[in-house]
Amino acid sequence: MNNLEALYRQVIMDHYKNPRNKGLVNDEKYKTVHIKNPSCGDDITIQSLIDNGSIKDVRHEGTGCSICCSSASVLSETLIGKTVVEANQITQTYLNMLSNKEYDEEVELEDAIAYQGVRKFPARVKCASISWKAFEETLKEE
Amino acid sequence: MDVKMIKKDFPVLNDNSLVYLDTAASSLKPIQVANKVNEYYLESGVNVHRGVYNLSYKTTELYENSRQIIADFIGAKFEEVIFTRGASASLNLVASSYGMDNIVEGDEIIVSELEHHSSVLPWMNVAKKKKAKLVYVPLTSEGRITVENFKKVITKKTKVVALNYVSNVMGYIAPVKEIIKIAHDFGAVVSVDAAQAVPHKAVDVKELDCDFLSFSAHKMCGPSGIGILYGKLDLLNNMEPIEFGGDMNDNVDLFEVSYKDSPYRFETGTPPIAQVIGFGEAVKYLENIGLDNILEHEFMLKEYVVNKMKQIKGITIYNESSDTGIIAFNIDGVHPHDAVTYFDGDNISMRAGHHCAQLIIKWLKVPATLRASFYLYNTIEDCDKFIESVKKARDFFTEVGF
Repeated sequence: MNNLEALYRQVIMDHYKNPRNKGLVNDEKYKTVHIKNPSCGDDITIQSLIDNGSIKDVRHEGTGCSICCSSASVLSETLIGKTVVEANQITQTYLNMLSNKEYDEEVELEDAIAYQGVRKFPARVKCASISWKAFEETLKEE
Repeated sequence: MDVKMIKKDFPVLNDNSLVYLDTAASSLKPIQVANKVNEYYLESGVNVHRGVYNLSYKTTELYENSRQIIADFIGAKFEEVIFTRGASASLNLVASSYGMDNIVEGDEIIVSELEHHSSVLPWMNVAKKKKAKLVYVPLTSEGRITVENFKKVITKKTKVVALNYVSNVMGYIAPVKEIIKIAHDFGAVVSVDAAQAVPHKAVDVKELDCDFLSFSAHKMCGPSGIGILYGKLDLLNNMEPIEFGGDMNDNVDLFEVSYKDSPYRFETGTPPIAQVIGFGEAVKYLENIGLDNILEHEFMLKEYVVNKMKQIKGITIYNESSDTGIIAFNIDGVHPHDAVTYFDGDNISMRAGHHCAQLIIKWLKVPATLRASFYLYNTIEDCDKFIESVKKARDFFTEVGF
């Protein structure tokens, strides 16, 4: 179980137990996206606040496994303060990394790089992707 | 019952390290069934019912012989056995045809929180469209359907009762025979979801006196993509088809058509021929072992595992008194999806999630559960490996800080 242990030992347990930026805000300036995986019960809501081309704030709330919940927290910490262009680039890189597609290793993923280990557990890739996909939706123009 | 010999019939279990505990989702397939399916593809491959040449005639015989095998297996008449895509399609057929044509505003349809989505949702749809009322049987503190609680909800307004025979999460056997008798006294029709029952226990539709009964091949050693709807013949022959096309009609005119009698009026298009032939073989395989023996074996394994699990701290079992081989449980404080990855690492295949039964998961007030389900090919060694893995998993998650 070395792979699994490594996976949990890194940032996942830290963010699972002490999530950053958790809790939604009631503010129209935030864009909110809710994604649910009905087969496993993961249920995540992501909010992003964009101002002048950069990510001012990211909030998250939801229920799910440790990989799902921690990745929402890591996402928020990684992306707050980035420009929209950078945030998009990091999100694409992260999602490509998880799904074993080619990705730009030069892009700095910060703590999110820990989820590289999830690739060894293909059945869990969805858990690690769901909040990032929700975030990606918040960036889309209406 | 010689489980060591049975195991040899399942080529996937040649990998001795694999512990397969997800039969409630799909059972493994024995070589006899795979060979039979292959035999059709390699030695025939032609259509049924249509060809007047010898090969098609022989294949049609083989295909219809499967229907007879399955009819005999559940105590039905040949004409009462309809081939569908699976139990979900069967349950939907009853609701879409019988339900839509017979339910009117104000009628009541009895279901339960113990239902699989495929049992309850077709009737929720009928209830919404017809302004009928969905009524839930109150479950006992254990989560069971009882005759006593059923009596509390049946009324003269009840037109349909749609209940499971064996719960896919809790493994309880519902007292459907008694429920059917009471329902009939009130003039209601009963549709039984037997997807988790027919693979595990002897079922006789005439003895139950059910009006409809649905099940799938893939949970009982047969191919995927094929299932059965049993219905009483007088009901079936008065029901409208829900799919129209080739092979289900008698005479077609410009503006009128007449339909064949059951089962063909519900079977349009080229059927899944290989699957039907394989299904017949699966039934023969199970009959040969004996359904009573299978239930006894899986229940023995379940008792063995539950007794050991009860001694492990930090484990919650939701259905200790399960009547079949199904155990629903969680490692305290650990999301089942985290846990199931651990078991996967030990090559133990198990289900984690809602099990397509969100109502009972909500009733249990948990986000999701783990589910281990035992069948004829599982051994005491499988149980021991599983219990060992449960202990290790609990320790692992405690240690990393859950």
